[in-house]
Amino acid sequence: MSYLPYAVAAWICLVGIAGMATSRNLIHLAICLTVTQSSSYVLLLSVGYVKHGHAPIFIGRKLGTTAVDPVVQALTLTDVVVSVVVIALILALALDAHRLSGTVNPDDLADISG
Amino acid sequence: MSRPVRLLLLGSGLLGLGALFAWAISGLPAFGDYRGPYGFVLNRIVVPLRHTTNVVMGTNFDVRGIDTMGEEFILYASVVGVTLLLRDETRTRQAERRTRRFGNDTVRLVGIAMVGAGLLIGLWLMAFGYITPGGGFQGGVVTAGAILLLYLVGNHRDYRPFRDEHLLDPLEAVGAGGYVIVGLAALASGTAFLTNLFGLGTAGMLRSSGSIAILNWASAIAVTVAMLLLFAEFLETYVVPLEPEDAGS
Repeated sequence: MSYLPYAVAAWICLVGIAGMATSRNLIHLAICLTVTQSSSYVLLLSVGYVKHGHAPIFIGRKLGTTAVDPVVQALTLTDVVVSVVVIALILALALDAHRLSGTVNPDDLADISG
Repeated sequence: MSRPVRLLLLGSGLLGLGALFAWAISGLPAFGDYRGPYGFVLNRIVVPLRHTTNVVMGTNFDVRGIDTMGEEFILYASVVGVTLLLRDETRTRQAERRTRRFGNDTVRLVGIAMVGAGLLIGLWLMAFGYITPGGGFQGGVVTAGAILLLYLVGNHRDYRPFRDEHLLDPLEAVGAGGYVIVGLAALASGTAFLTNLFGLGTAGMLRSSGSIAILNWASAIAVTVAMLLLFAEFLETYVVPLEPEDAGS
């Protein structure tokens, strides 16, 4: 059981990639990318977990009690922000693609030039 | 390449990647067996040194403050990118005018109540970000979400100030620029960029953490406004364009 969170992260990543590769809709593709990126949150947070550790917030709790790694939590925040901006850009591009070609299916988009 | 061939290629690729993941995971320490040292060190030193009880925010705005500045500007760059992609004067004419309303008064009433609750939660997350769980980024997203809810359940007229770039752009500059100015203030006073130099106050109180509190508010403003600008850009192009006479107000 002690490797389960890592396996979950790997699974989320693979499922997301599969979704992206088989996607027939750009919006769906963007959501799949978000799923793939979520695997990194799970991985980061599970790497920083300390057995019986509390959140690294020391209000009402004595300094020096076991707490999980704050660095990976801060990195997860960065990760989420990057995920948000990437999805905003992809959705904007999807809207543009739809405006230019009338389709959001990546397979049909391949035939369009310019 | 036909679809079955591509699926076969994808399947074998995923199997290979999965095998690599399994190999990598087998080399990791077991879940919960964290070996440090940075997490342990930060959990020990951030509260005494910075009087910041939320060590995650202490890490974000102090220990790796320059990283967070970069993060803020990633968001900023994304807003600029979306604006450049979507802003096209010829396109607004194609946008369908939608004036659909929720006919159900209960839905609207609950929605309006949730706008208030969302704003309150967002402001709480921002204000106490360096004390209890929360922070400028999280609070900013919640606040912007609550404001967007106003668009969904309320009158488009009520939402107009929140999509007016003449109002939002200066605020975004205050948020993004404020972060840099706090860093430069440290530089001007003869220490390193982003050194924490304002009074540290008492740990656990609103007046604590020094620069972290100010950086927290700067990023809160930057994130809220960046989100509103993104929403505004999408709404402007594809749902309801601002009428010309409204744009200047």
